[in-house]
Amino acid sequence: MAAAGHDVQIDHVSHRFADYVAVDDVSLTIDGGGLVALLGPSGCGKSTLLRIIAGFIAQSSGRILFDGAPVDHLPANRRGVGIVFQNYALFPHMTVRDNVAYGLRAQKWERDDIGPRVEEMLRRVHMAQFADRFPKQLSGGQQQRVALARCLATDPKVLLLDEPFAALDKNLRFDMQVEVKRLQHEYGITTIMVTHDQEEALAMADRIAVMSRGRLEQVASPTEIYDRPATLFVNQFVGSTNLLRGELLAQDSNGALVRLDDGTALRAADSKGLMPGAKVVVAVRPEGLVLSDNAVEGARPGRIKTVMPLGPQVAYDIETEDGAALKAVVARSGASGLREADSIVHVAPVSPAACNIFAIE
Amino acid sequence: MQRDSLALAVPLAALFLVAFIAPLCVLLALSLSGDSEFGRFTLQNYVKFFTDRFNYSILIDTLLLGIKSTAVCLVFGYPIAWVAARSSPRVQSLLLFIVVLPIMTSVVVRTFAWIVILGRYGVLNQIVQSLGLTQEPLKLLYSEVGVVIVLAQVQMPLMVLPILTVLSRIDPNLSDASQALGAGAWRTLWRVTLPLSTPGIVAGCILTYAACVTAFVTQSLIGGARLVYMPLHIYQQAVGANNWPFAAALSVIFMIAVLAAVALLNTIAARAHRHA
Ligand SMILES: Nc1ncnc2c1ncn2[C@@H]1O[C@H](COP(=O)(O)OP(=O)(O)OP(=O)(O)O)[C@@H](O)[C@H]1O
Ligand SMILES: [Mg+2]
Repeated sequence: MAAAGHDVQIDHVSHRFADYVAVDDVSLTIDGGGLVALLGPSGCGKSTLLRIIAGFIAQSSGRILFDGAPVDHLPANRRGVGIVFQNYALFPHMTVRDNVAYGLRAQKWERDDIGPRVEEMLRRVHMAQFADRFPKQLSGGQQQRVALARCLATDPKVLLLDEPFAALDKNLRFDMQVEVKRLQHEYGITTIMVTHDQEEALAMADRIAVMSRGRLEQVASPTEIYDRPATLFVNQFVGSTNLLRGELLAQDSNGALVRLDDGTALRAADSKGLMPGAKVVVAVRPEGLVLSDNAVEGARPGRIKTVMPLGPQVAYDIETEDGAALKAVVARSGASGLREADSIVHVAPVSPAACNIFAIE
Repeated sequence: MQRDSLALAVPLAALFLVAFIAPLCVLLALSLSGDSEFGRFTLQNYVKFFTDRFNYSILIDTLLLGIKSTAVCLVFGYPIAWVAARSSPRVQSLLLFIVVLPIMTSVVVRTFAWIVILGRYGVLNQIVQSLGLTQEPLKLLYSEVGVVIVLAQVQMPLMVLPILTVLSRIDPNLSDASQALGAGAWRTLWRVTLPLSTPGIVAGCILTYAACVTAFVTQSLIGGARLVYMPLHIYQQAVGANNWPFAAALSVIFMIAVLAAVALLNTIAARAHRHA
């Protein structure tokens, strides 16, 4: 099936509510069939951007293009954008069947084609046996599937999902994520999904766009976002991290040498073009730290405060001598058992590549 | 706890009994008694009503007047409520103020203002004539058209407020969803907004209808002496003709007729709106 999806281009779009800038010069290109997750904290403008793409609000400046053609002059009902709302927004006075048929009727499909199409869509989302129920007689996950069927029935060019799984419990959420991913792939439909659940974004998206206060911080693949965050904000927002302050001592093609505030020296793989003498903060993910019993070069001693066995991994909460708290997550290999709380360990980064440095203004 | 909540309801129940049930019983008893001697049981007042064309044509005129005024009220009131529900809070309160204004003026002042507007040489006729729309002045005052116009204006808040309440409770995502599915503004209004606002429409119609058929002052002053509706008829029988038992019978019949109309409206609406 996998039809070639439509390209979506967001070109320097800004939006102001009175004097509040909700979306600030956002540019983003999504290739046909791609799934981009818009990730960001509450109030950063994700929904506003989605509503601009859908045509519900007109942006203050910038353009939206589908397949290279601007769509800003088209009202929402002529853009061919399908949207699933966080609360599903099913029509409460219509049966499931009529909900799914609504878009087909509005778009003047042949009467004879509507019935079979509705049945097909309901079968796809496994809701055929509920066709005659009303939305309030369905569970959250069932409503969500109907909303998806209603939206996909009209073959939209672009699928917009505004926190579609927020109201679902964990297991159902996972099922629906798999299902949406499958449908999205099957239809080859370009999709933008808003979420503030980073795991969801990492699991589902081809690319992740991280937003903060109306701006795009970084657009990249999930692994890149996680391993090489462009800004400190992205680093802190996606996954957890340890922040170590220091000063850049030297910088060459192999990376950077940083002296942390407590005197330990540390190497980072990428100096990000910063000059020696710059105040920096080094971010190391918990799994980017190794613990050893003996003092090795670049390690700082610390006392283990808490031990949290997480199945295959163990998380340690470590307090260094100068009072800083570090989180470390290490794999639990057969030989090394759990370390005891209150024991002294030496903590060092696994490799320079595990350290990301950011300038402090 | 059950007992406590029952106790709390006692004052209301007492008030209801004294101020509503008791007079109703008296009214009913009165309507079943003979012309003069109170207490003798007879159905003659009811027989008189239903055998006299003049009487029941007044009832029918009154019920029709209610339907017409309610219809006009709905046709103008729904758009007002729809616009108000979509407006910013400031515009919304301005609109509501304008709609509620008639309630805040004395019924007599308001009615005489309308007489000035609707009269043969009134404001409205002068405008219509100066626009060249008609040669002869329109007969608005002392006509049913005039009564309908004035009733619709006066009772407007009873229509607008319930509809506005229901409209502003409808999830705004629903009309966005409708639009994104390809529906234009009219389809969205017709298929989504209107069906979901039926509870407000029904409430508004019931309130407006009940208020219009019983609006004694407006009906009598705008309608004049030759247009007789039930409230005036009852008044004339009671005070003019001093025939209290017959007036009581008229009241009972009128009340039942209005209740029946309201119940009918309710059933139709409930059937149309079973699931929303
Ligand atoms: N109609 C509006 N008028 C004024 N300000 C608005 C309006 N809608 C949104 N905003 C503001 O714009 C900002 C972005 O809102 P938006 O709904 O896009 O956030 P979001 O990223 O979707 O957040 P969440 O994750 O909580 O849904 C917020 O600060 C909000 O207060
Ligand atoms: Mg949002």
